Amino acid sequence: MKELMSGNEAIARGAYEHGITFASAYPGTPSTEIMEAFSKYDGVYAEWSPNEKVALEVGIGAALGGARALVIMKHVGVNVAADPLFTVSYTGIEGGLVIISADDPSMHSSQNEQDNRNYARSAKIPMLEPSDSSEAKEFIKIAFRMSEEFDTPVFLRTTTRVSHSKSIVQMEDVEIHEENRGIPHNPSKYVMVPAKARQRRIEVEKRMKKLSAFAETFPENRMEINDTKVGIITAGMPYNYAKDAFPEYSYLKLGMVHPLPRGLIREFASKVEKLYVAEELDPFIEEQVSAMGIDVVGKEVFPYTGEFDPGIVKRAMTGNEATGGNLPNLSLPQRPPNLCPGCPHRGLFYVLGKLKVFVTGDIGCYTLAFMKPLEGMGSTICMGAGVGMAHGMDKALGEKGRVVGVIGDSTFIHSGITPLLNMVYNRSNAVVVICDNRTTAMTGMQENPATGLTLQGEATRALDFVKLAEALGLDNVRVVDPFDMKNTRSVIKEELSKEGPSLVISRAPCVLLAVKQKLPGRTPLRVDPDKCTGCKACLGLGCPPISWKRFEDMDIKIEKKTKKQEGIAFIDSSLCNGCTLCQQLCSAGAIEEVVEDE
Amino acid sequence: MSESVRSVLLAGVGGQGTIMASDILSAVMISAGFDTKKSEVHGMAQRGGCVSSHVRFGSKVYSPLAAKGDVDILVSFEKLETLRYLEYLKTDGKVIINNEEIYPPSVNLGETAYPDDAIDFVKKHFKDVKVMDATAMALRSGDKRMANTVILGVLSSWLDIEAGIWEYVLKKRFPPKILEGNINAFRLGRGV
Repeated sequence: MKELMSGNEAIARGAYEHGITFASAYPGTPSTEIMEAFSKYDGVYAEWSPNEKVALEVGIGAALGGARALVIMKHVGVNVAADPLFTVSYTGIEGGLVIISADDPSMHSSQNEQDNRNYARSAKIPMLEPSDSSEAKEFIKIAFRMSEEFDTPVFLRTTTRVSHSKSIVQMEDVEIHEENRGIPHNPSKYVMVPAKARQRRIEVEKRMKKLSAFAETFPENRMEINDTKVGIITAGMPYNYAKDAFPEYSYLKLGMVHPLPRGLIREFASKVEKLYVAEELDPFIEEQVSAMGIDVVGKEVFPYTGEFDPGIVKRAMTGNEATGGNLPNLSLPQRPPNLCPGCPHRGLFYVLGKLKVFVTGDIGCYTLAFMKPLEGMGSTICMGAGVGMAHGMDKALGEKGRVVGVIGDSTFIHSGITPLLNMVYNRSNAVVVICDNRTTAMTGMQENPATGLTLQGEATRALDFVKLAEALGLDNVRVVDPFDMKNTRSVIKEELSKEGPSLVISRAPCVLLAVKQKLPGRTPLRVDPDKCTGCKACLGLGCPPISWKRFEDMDIKIEKKTKKQEGIAFIDSSLCNGCTLCQQLCSAGAIEEVVEDE
Repeated sequence: MSESVRSVLLAGVGGQGTIMASDILSAVMISAGFDTKKSEVHGMAQRGGCVSSHVRFGSKVYSPLAAKGDVDILVSFEKLETLRYLEYLKTDGKVIINNEEIYPPSVNLGETAYPDDAIDFVKKHFKDVKVMDATAMALRSGDKRMANTVILGVLSSWLDIEAGIWEYVLKKRFPPKILEGNINAFRLGRGV
């Protein structure tokens, strides 16, 4: 049976077909759907771990116990997991261990576009890179076979375009592979004290040598010899772009990007007149080919930044500008993503924006609050940084009441607890707000340790943020409803004036979660045009249903309430969730509930 | 670019059903025997941003993304979004425009103006342009949420695939309760 599958779905399917029954992950675009698909297969154990480091350690533990373990994360997640990563490379494993790194060229949903092929090289771990869904399904199986044959963790790298684009995949049956689960008594392999690590270090180099030899005959490193005037070395999605642009040329298509097949590269280079490397992001392959003394064209024509497409590859290799019509340049209004109507973050960040504090932000939907008109955030670096940076800035300014750190609930659990403890320990005066919307909203509403449910839907103990904060030693802990802006504002102001660190938990469920859980909806609102004074206060929320119309652009005649009034506000009631924030800001009392039978 | 591969670019705003429409189009192309690839930008789309989806089909498709200047048909679910993706069209490319306006935040705030001459602009530069009000047409089929099925019907009239294959895919896709409405919406669009 054939099916149209995303790369992510295909990886999950491939793991299932290979008999994998153990997986751990932390959600992150573009990797999330791998785990969501895998967790639904029969007979598997799948968990959301609190962060990528824990997910990898869980995977290592499972593999040590003889299970074949799959660990999934986005590219920046590998930074979090880097500590165990570099040492599990030394120990090797008992069962197979495969780590998925889903990279994000063009930063569709990320704070940077690091090239994680560099991790494979520096941690001395082999890396496979599929170019479409069919390969993704096949390569995950190869990765597990290699892991066991060479006693090593194996990376499978995708990019957003491989993870999220869909192509045709042939379904296969589930293979039965016996696992030898049990306790390995082998301290010289698994206790990495210096004396033992030094021995394993030598084994790592022996393994890399064996893997280099393996790469030479690995069937997924393949030459396609056509017109030999031009040869292109490429891997992953750029292979497709190049084949689309130049079907006539010759290719060395690499299924494994680390270690490289040096002999094969030399052979290919000798067959073609001009050699290119087509790769997104870093000149990872190019520099190694160059170091072999081979003449190669790469980043001198291809961009360092962003993902490619067939047009970019064609333009790089021919020097010609893109074809297409002679369209004049249009300057169009942008359509940036926005907080949803009824989002609980909106009220909180409206308040923070008005308080004129510096907000050290974090990674989540609420990061969107940095934009106009809310402008409620001053920095975003990585998960957890909202808390750590608030403390550092508070110390640097040396004056209380000026810095608020914000962090989401799942993000707080991911890496906000340790920096909060640091604030207590090192006597901070900053305020931290947990934007607790009861889910991991940004990546599509995954469960987390505070939701009371596991990935596979089992009830579990839910983390209590208030009790945790008390245990960490915080004396000032408050819970607010961000839909009550007046109270939220006064609580944050109070906490800013107190000595010592404060934690404010801004708690209300994500509006999409409320829809998913079929919670009773609130009545949508409308603007009474005869009461609206056109003061624009409601526009300060940046809520999608609220718009502004000038009198001269309207068909109906509306009486001016003040001399200066130029128009009125409108609410598209079909989009409104009735959160009442705009009503709270309207001094004219012009915003009212829609009456059903109108 | 590969001559035998054809590309359709579907564009809209998060929540309009652009991705579902591209899923159906892909399923139709597979049923018609084509190699098919599809790629979209999503992730933050449900929060009101632009959504675009490339669907490419032919005897053998490599890239899931079409190059600028290589798209055969642009299907736009929202008027302003049409303009954003025109550069992807071939010079003789065709355009389908759903005559719906969804204001971006800067227009809502009165900082920028919503372009009022989008359709004239497209017609000036491209020969084959179909404009319709899919939401109103969907209402005639019983539910405005079927607007994307109306749009697929319009698109089908420009693709040489028999109606039976489309309706077979729609039957697999929709539960019985809303199937008839969707088939009607599709036929209404196909007649445009």
